[in-house]
Amino acid sequence: MRKVWDIHGGVHPPENKEQSNQLAITSAGIPDQLVFPLSQHIGTPAAPIVAVGQKVLKGEIIAEAKGFVSVPVHASTSGEVIAIEQRNIAHPSGMAAPCIVIQADGKDEWIEHSGIEDYTAVDKAELLNRIRQAGIAGMGGAGFPSAVKLGTRDDQVIETLIFNGTECEPYITADDMLMRERAEEIIAGAKILKHLVKPTKETIIGVEDNKPEGIAALEKAAQGSGIEIVSFPTKYPSGGEKQLIQILTGKEVPSGGLPAQVGIVCQNLGTTVAIYRAIQFGEPLISRITTVTGEACEQNRNYEVLLGSPISHLLELSGYQQKKASRLIMGGPMMGFTLHSETVPVVKTTNCIMAPSAKEIPPPTPAQACIRCGMCAEACPVSLLPQQMYWFARGKEYEKLEAHNLMDCIECGACSYACPSNIPLVQYYRASKADIRQQKQDAIKAEQSKVRFEARQERIERQEAEKEAKRKARKAAAEARAAGNAEAGKVDAVQAAVERAKAKKAATDPAQVAAETAADPAPNGDAAKDAIARALAKREAASSMTDEERLLNAVKALGKRLDKTREKLATAQAEGSDTVEILTETLAKLEIKLVDAKQAYDDHQQKN
Amino acid sequence: MIELITQQPFVSAIIALVILGVPFGALLGFAAVKFKTEGDPIADQVEALLPQTQCGQCSYPGCRPYAEAIANGEAINKCPPGGETTIHALADLLDVEAVPLDEEHGEENIKTVAFVREDECIGCTKCIQACPVDAILGAAKQMHTIIASECTGCDLCVEPCPVDCIDMLPIETTVQTWSWDLPKPAEVIATDKNSGDEVAA
Amino acid sequence: MALFKVTSPHATGPLNTARVMQLVLLATIPGVLALNWHFGWGVLVNIVFASGVALAAEALALTLRKRPLGFYLGDYSALVTAVLLAVAMPAYSPWWLIAVGVGFAILIAKHLYGGMGYNPFNPAMVGYVVLLISFPVEMTTWAAPRQAFSGEMPGLADAISVLFAGREAIAAFAVDGITMATPLDILKQNNSLLIEDLWQQSPVFGQWGGLGWEWANLGFLAGGLFLLSQRIFTWHAPISMLASLTLISALFYDGGSSASGGSPLFHLLSGATMFGAFFIVTDPVTSAVSVMGKIIYGALIGVLLYLIRVWGNYPDAIAFAVLLMNFAAPLVDYYTQPRTYGHEPAHKSGDE
Repeated sequence: MRKVWDIHGGVHPPENKEQSNQLAITSAGIPDQLVFPLSQHIGTPAAPIVAVGQKVLKGEIIAEAKGFVSVPVHASTSGEVIAIEQRNIAHPSGMAAPCIVIQADGKDEWIEHSGIEDYTAVDKAELLNRIRQAGIAGMGGAGFPSAVKLGTRDDQVIETLIFNGTECEPYITADDMLMRERAEEIIAGAKILKHLVKPTKETIIGVEDNKPEGIAALEKAAQGSGIEIVSFPTKYPSGGEKQLIQILTGKEVPSGGLPAQVGIVCQNLGTTVAIYRAIQFGEPLISRITTVTGEACEQNRNYEVLLGSPISHLLELSGYQQKKASRLIMGGPMMGFTLHSETVPVVKTTNCIMAPSAKEIPPPTPAQACIRCGMCAEACPVSLLPQQMYWFARGKEYEKLEAHNLMDCIECGACSYACPSNIPLVQYYRASKADIRQQKQDAIKAEQSKVRFEARQERIERQEAEKEAKRKARKAAAEARAAGNAEAGKVDAVQAAVERAKAKKAATDPAQVAAETAADPAPNGDAAKDAIARALAKREAASSMTDEERLLNAVKALGKRLDKTREKLATAQAEGSDTVEILTETLAKLEIKLVDAKQAYDDHQQKN
Repeated sequence: MIELITQQPFVSAIIALVILGVPFGALLGFAAVKFKTEGDPIADQVEALLPQTQCGQCSYPGCRPYAEAIANGEAINKCPPGGETTIHALADLLDVEAVPLDEEHGEENIKTVAFVREDECIGCTKCIQACPVDAILGAAKQMHTIIASECTGCDLCVEPCPVDCIDMLPIETTVQTWSWDLPKPAEVIATDKNSGDEVAA
Repeated sequence: MALFKVTSPHATGPLNTARVMQLVLLATIPGVLALNWHFGWGVLVNIVFASGVALAAEALALTLRKRPLGFYLGDYSALVTAVLLAVAMPAYSPWWLIAVGVGFAILIAKHLYGGMGYNPFNPAMVGYVVLLISFPVEMTTWAAPRQAFSGEMPGLADAISVLFAGREAIAAFAVDGITMATPLDILKQNNSLLIEDLWQQSPVFGQWGGLGWEWANLGFLAGGLFLLSQRIFTWHAPISMLASLTLISALFYDGGSSASGGSPLFHLLSGATMFGAFFIVTDPVTSAVSVMGKIIYGALIGVLLYLIRVWGNYPDAIAFAVLLMNFAAPLVDYYTQPRTYGHEPAHKSGDE
């Protein structure tokens, strides 16, 4: 018997698995309409490549991967694209997201596809590409693209390949049934991954000891394959990737790191079967095993369900009674999230739909005061101090939260489960984590803005300095010339007259002068002589336009703007437009400016 | 001489103080030179906490000048974009009382990003000149557009626009950016909600 | 059905705060019965009266703070405070003494700091210390245990009358020798006799820790073990306190000379040792939180307990030892943050 390690803490909620593991897996059939969210995985959402009205076949790519961390989406049955729009999706926020909607034609017609006869003859890149093109993302919970996870760097030696058959969440039996009924496929997939990852030491399938049938089936299928089936005591949350690694190898994944750093790759069983089907038969990920359970359903069992099927379809098959349900949960009772609508579709990560009665999962009771009993700290699988973090989260003391390693929290919910005061601890941590991430992003953005602002300041200063330098140079040149001219006497009088005329013209058109100054300090095409002359003219014009005039101009301009704004406001008020407020504000500002300008003008006149 | 000193406690005290004072003075002088701080560390620390929107709502021309002003005793509650969070961070740093935001300088709004209605833009470049972080692209007589990821939402480009074609759009929450809120205060329950605000922590 | 938004986990554990408090109350029964048998009905009368006062004070505080009464009274925390304080007080205490103690504990030590969960000091122990310092005579006149009682043990009716009329008014208490110094007190005052002789001279020492006291201690030990078995608290703090007390008393026992502080067994079974170890030290609100923190917290209470008992002015030292460590709990927490999964060892909260 292989040595297994223990994890800190953990809880033992009632398992409630026997309700749904009595009946064999059955197909859920084809619903009328299927909804495919573009983002069913972690990473960039896929981009649609079909148009409304287009006919698609089963297994056809309808949205392609965008970027490295992304996977495509496939149609799970044949039919017609009837919409690409925002639909409710399975997400804790209850928000809508872009989806492709397909009306099934009932023919369930496959697109042409073929597998690889001998995967050992194909190189790693090709296998990974196949996995990626099959749209496979982790089916256990998070939905991380499998090809990315398996594409370990060549310099990183993987010692241990682990398959996660823990399924420690109560009620869920999808992996359990998969092990019982499709152990051969799991082992076949495990062999492919073993070939792909090439673990130097061992390949293990970890299963909790509450699934003896599954373990027996796996052991039978794994004979002679060199894959070891390891069972360990049932405890929640043993199935967390980091926890399972600790249980099976005694190693800990460094904080913020990946399992590959300690030479381990971990895969979910459902994903393994999907990879097997993708390599062996060329089938993309278009269906999965989902448990439907809870007392509000007459029949609790596992379905092989097409991705994109609305959960109302599954609930109907199971004899769901809405009145009896206290809530609808996607996932298990420990880490699942509540659904806000029965129309949301099944996605790649949907391992369970739970419709519990009020007796099974009572409505949340109001939280009592924290008495710091420490039961949460005892339950925490990563040895945090939840009761301390709860205080800090309430006080928004983010630095202390980080010092208490909030970011290592896996949100398993063991603390909230153990809490005698019913405090929604996990929600505090989720909110605080999001806030901390936001703060960090803001800090990065602030730093960027600062850099850009400073760069701009510097550029403006530099331009000013350059202008100043040029001006000085021209002045010096002009003086030198003037000195020369004086010697030359009347010869240049004519030219001077021309220049004066130009200057006059320039002065009459100050806007042009200003535009020229602003747009380009050295207008193209002019000879150096001309430039000097024009500069002189400009200076003259500027000096001829006294401060008084400038101030007066400002007053006039403001007056005009004020009148315009008043007009706008009048029309806006007449129309009842919602810009009235803004205009009123602008008007007030302008009035103040006008008064200021007038004041400045008056002051100036008095001074003279 | 020694006798005189020992018999005059006053004199001996002065001598002792002088003897002590000289080396300590030297030590302090040395430390002042040796550990001289460059620039104004307080202003730098303050600046690091400001949101760097460069919006000027504090009445200073940018975040750096306001940071320097705070280091010299200016109030810490004049930064609407930073809001409560920044005020608390500043209060922590400077060890002063956190005060509510000064409404005179604007209210803490949801974050926004500027958006040019491009078919209305006349290409006057006025907004480009106003933008403190060079987040607007465009040229004279050419349509302008905003680099949304660089925009700080400072509002400074809105007023100069002669055709009012710049909108400040609130940044919308998407499925990707959504997050849980903190739960309602733990001890507040249904019948207790109205008095919830006065709950003593 | 409401499709509402709640965060996971949806399942909740079987325990709730009220249940925890109920179990604590339940666990005091053996100790209280032992006390009641040996020291008479005054013990139970104390408890009942203190509970009444506590509920009234809690209701008053909640009303003033505009909190819903039913919700907060239902957590039993006020009752626990009252029972713990009443158990620590001498039997046959006058009503006003109990009212002042319980009132102070609930109103000042608990609600002024923000109510349950927010109090930095154990309310029962604050109440006890306030009484001990303010009314030293009343707080140290212990009734003699049954075996050493010179008159007839007062009945329930007498006990109730004492509560309101005072000891002077009741015939059963008129006899001399019904009150007696506690064994801890006698040992403290002793400076001439060997421990062995002292034991023989004063029948009040009983077999190990004092007549009556030893049985009460065993009763509280039983209650504590029950709570341990129910996983209401972990073994760390109480066991470490008892261990450190045993160790230090063994260290200073010196074979029982006249200057000896008493045997380890005596210290374990005398005064409020077991009561303190399982019902006061384990108060979660005011103690340290991590495993290592609890061990340090408990051990230091054990040491302080011995120091104050033997060399301090108050032989009933548990309250002082606990309050002093309540002060230190945040510091202990600061230095005993457990190592988080995936982190290097010896990680301190202030290191970043």
